[in-house]
Amino acid sequence: MTTEALALLVFAPLVAGLVVIAAPRRAAAPVAVAALLTLPFGLWPLTLVVWRGETVQVALAGFAPPLGIVWRVDALALTMLWLTLVVVLVVSLHALTSFPPASESGQRFWPLWLILIASVHALFVSADLFNLYVTLELVTLAGVAMIAIGGKPAAMRAAMRYLLLGLMASLFYLLATALLYGQTGTLDLYQVGERLDDGALALIALALMVTGLLVKAAIVPLHVWLPAAHGKAPGPVSAVLSALVVKVALYILIRLWFWSGGAAGGDGAALLLGLLGALAIVHGSLAAITQTRLKMLVAYSTVAQLGYVMLLFPLASTAAFRAVTFHMVAHGVAKAAMFLAAANLLHALGSDRLQRLVGADQRHGVNVLAFALAGVSIMGLPPSGGFVAKWMLLEAAWRQQGWGWVAVISLGSLLAAVYVFRVVALAFAQPKGGSVRASVGARGGGRFDTTALAALLLAVLAILLGFASAPLVALIDRGLPPGMLP
Amino acid sequence: MSSAFVYVLAASAVFGVGVYGLIVADHLMRKLLSLNVMGSAVFVLILTVGGATPAGPDPVAQALILTGIVIAVAATAFALALIVRMFQETGLTSLRGRDDDD
Amino acid sequence: MTGTMTDAMTAAAVETTLHPLPVVVVLVSLLAGLAIAVLGEQRQRLRTVLNLSAAVVKLALVLWIALLVAGGVVPEFRFALVPGFDLVLRADSLSVLFASLSAALWLVTTVYAIAYLQHYANRARFFGYFSICVTATMGIAMAGNLLTFFVFYELLTLATWPLVVHTGSRAALRAGRTYLQFTLGGSALFLIGLIWLYALAGPQDFIAGGSLQLLDLEAVTSMQAIFVLIAIGMGVKAALVPLHAWLPSAMVAPAPVSALLHAVAVVKAGAFGLVRLVEDVYGSALSGALGLSLALAIAASFTIVYGSVLALLQTDLKKRLAYSTVSQVSYIALGIAIGGPLATVGGMVHLVHQGVMKITMFFCAGIFATLLGVTRIVELDGLARRLPWSAAAFSVAALGMIGLPPMAGFVSKWYLGSGAVAMGQTWVVAVLVASTLLNAGYFLPLIARMWFRPAPERWTGGAQPSRWVVAGLVAPALATAGLTIAFGVLAGSTYSPLDWAIAIVREYLP
Repeated sequence: MTTEALALLVFAPLVAGLVVIAAPRRAAAPVAVAALLTLPFGLWPLTLVVWRGETVQVALAGFAPPLGIVWRVDALALTMLWLTLVVVLVVSLHALTSFPPASESGQRFWPLWLILIASVHALFVSADLFNLYVTLELVTLAGVAMIAIGGKPAAMRAAMRYLLLGLMASLFYLLATALLYGQTGTLDLYQVGERLDDGALALIALALMVTGLLVKAAIVPLHVWLPAAHGKAPGPVSAVLSALVVKVALYILIRLWFWSGGAAGGDGAALLLGLLGALAIVHGSLAAITQTRLKMLVAYSTVAQLGYVMLLFPLASTAAFRAVTFHMVAHGVAKAAMFLAAANLLHALGSDRLQRLVGADQRHGVNVLAFALAGVSIMGLPPSGGFVAKWMLLEAAWRQQGWGWVAVISLGSLLAAVYVFRVVALAFAQPKGGSVRASVGARGGGRFDTTALAALLLAVLAILLGFASAPLVALIDRGLPPGMLP
Repeated sequence: MSSAFVYVLAASAVFGVGVYGLIVADHLMRKLLSLNVMGSAVFVLILTVGGATPAGPDPVAQALILTGIVIAVAATAFALALIVRMFQETGLTSLRGRDDDD
Repeated sequence: MTGTMTDAMTAAAVETTLHPLPVVVVLVSLLAGLAIAVLGEQRQRLRTVLNLSAAVVKLALVLWIALLVAGGVVPEFRFALVPGFDLVLRADSLSVLFASLSAALWLVTTVYAIAYLQHYANRARFFGYFSICVTATMGIAMAGNLLTFFVFYELLTLATWPLVVHTGSRAALRAGRTYLQFTLGGSALFLIGLIWLYALAGPQDFIAGGSLQLLDLEAVTSMQAIFVLIAIGMGVKAALVPLHAWLPSAMVAPAPVSALLHAVAVVKAGAFGLVRLVEDVYGSALSGALGLSLALAIAASFTIVYGSVLALLQTDLKKRLAYSTVSQVSYIALGIAIGGPLATVGGMVHLVHQGVMKITMFFCAGIFATLLGVTRIVELDGLARRLPWSAAAFSVAALGMIGLPPMAGFVSKWYLGSGAVAMGQTWVVAVLVASTLLNAGYFLPLIARMWFRPAPERWTGGAQPSRWVVAGLVAPALATAGLTIAFGVLAGSTYSPLDWAIAIVREYLP
């Protein structure tokens, strides 16, 4: 049962993607929708097993490792799969309108989209270093192609830069994989951790691997590719890149550090990663504050928010792991909402220059509301998923007397408030010449189509996550790294 | 000095050359070639670490290299296509300059 | 670590029952707000019906809760919010005091706002956030621990900001920015205080008499620091000097918003939070022992005098009222900080009394501005001849603020003064006397101008709205002015605010 479920998660979107390329245009929408709707049926049986505290493990086609491929789903993987499912389904709702499957643009979008979903699924269930490499590469290539899909020069350049840096990062990762394999004779995530000695070679390998992943995860100062790539991509693509694709690299990094002996790098290395995270929070937020374009602002906000994840490495406690995993989910949902809302506003206003937003609330109230609600979570204000994450992270840092981390987390929230409210204030501002008193009945509540609905849906979810945190935390607690106690 | 050490040294040097080329080169084709050079270095390294066990060559290493080459080919093809497309759209073959447009 | 005391207090307190009412009362206005926002701008009649019926339903629910509480039942609702911490909504007698104030004043403010905003744009948005604002206020009233309080306290910030910037003018946006700088800055400190407190003492519910105990002498400094951090968070909204600067600038908002900010929601939430902090977290005994009460009393006294002096200097009517609020709200903190039964009653009852008096004055200021275009104090001359009812309501509230018997304000000041004397804090009496003189100094001239100065030839501006609109504006002002008198005259009767406050204080200081 679980084997079929796992296979469904990876192969349903993969096959559907290939079918959409080959089949007639009018078949594209039904095939894609059908594939997407099967995904919950793949995830549910896995959830039942993992919820019982077990781990799903499948050797593909019966080949044993190390030659065969093993898929493994623990609670951390399952958490990420759920995040993927929610984000992907709602963003697909947006894409059905913004990239109609039967249209020219849809024909380019949907195959890549489905293959990207399959790759992300395959990545989260992969249990060895080399499979992670293969799937990471697939995710990157699909992501790059989707950024370039619109064909605009700025998007092409952003895609190109992302591709070159991404390939370089993958090679760093692969090089490190080779070194680790040479030393331990295995590629399995767990076994590598058990067999790794902390010699110079291992440290070099870890340094290479971490560097590669930091590039992919766009951690300051290796983030240079992200703002343009996420800012210039089409709306649904930006949403999923920020919500999932950068998280993928962080997911591998966390696996490497806590499952595969990466912590052998020592407290110094962990501190360095934490400091990079702090730098990301401050730099990303300040850069977001100074942007003149909405989507670039949101992209820099992603740079900042990814920094919080890095605080896990120096804190390295159960509480911090819980907080950071929760943060990845909360940020994923909120940021997807924010990007969809920003893309809708761009589409409606013809430009995403911030000055064009003046008075946007009157005509595009739903999208402004979605942006604002997502912003509440990004700022970490209650009641929202972002608040729960921030609360847990602050508590974890406080208990370990990490006053510096506490300060950075608080500062990050305040800076986030500056850029979020800057946008919302512009949208609320009175347009030049238009008297608010005079324009009775000028507003019809904004156009309410599926693109706006998708943004609002995710935004509301980001808020509700603040109330429904208990089950998610319970799930996270079932997948703590080896050595951490609930 | 064992032969494995020579291979490791050579792979590292080639990898370094690739990184240098990637950073320094301006033309996108050169950047892509640099990436391919880096890739080759990694394959040499995999071959070294898993190459000669007393029981003969390590099948896992062979499998890794084969898969790696396939991926490298696919990525290269994709990158070439993107470079061509970008040249058609913008007339540029490098990433210099600013990206501000509407 | 605080087990014995907490258990003892719970056992001594009235019966706590799992009950959906506290959460229902919070959800009513949330659902109303969402429905109003979804309905859109055009459905005016339906919106009005929804607004009013939600307000009436809410008031009825609060009265129901009040009856339960009076019968010795404490309805409570809780669920896990973050690991180890519950979201607790519980209606104790102090909750009921604040909840009934805001439910009653919400109803009259809704009537007033519907009339006032007749020609404004974006009313769906306005009333949507207006309702969410009241949701937050109810949540604050019902909050059963500091974390729950914090959640709704922040929701209140978020929901009031769109109201403050509603017109979208440059001045409104600037005021909104100032508001956020103060409130979000304060909330960051509040949050740190909260984390620190929980790290030190674990999760704690609000308990009459305080749940904290002095663990050891080393914790003294920490506990003082935590108190200061949280009090700053509360003090921003309660407009304690020097955290008050956002309040006068927020005066650019429409009059119903000012009324809401000053009497029902924001400023009150801060003051109510200080009451909870002193009485239910630290307990007045511990606050006194740590020297925190005295610090708070000094801060409140300074605010009372400083706010009054600044009020005297204002030439704009709404600005003068704003600084008057800065001063008056600190009576609440002062009463709590003095401690002892009488002063505590004075502080708590002022929570209600200041609300009805100040909301009357803001209603009237809005009426003057809308009907006659009067915004500055010099323009008030002879106004009573044109608008006798509104002028009368304003005068009643102003006299109440000064503390003239038999108005509500007199009751507050009497209890505060005698409480201070009973506690041997005679210097407070000097503060009260000074404040009363200043109150008289800045309110009596207004009354004199309205009633005894000749009216101008013609009024500078203003609209000529329909009779219904005028009625919708004036009736709420008259109603709250009536309450100002009733709460004073009938202070001794059962279920008056004073009676209820005395009942609360009996729980705290048996």
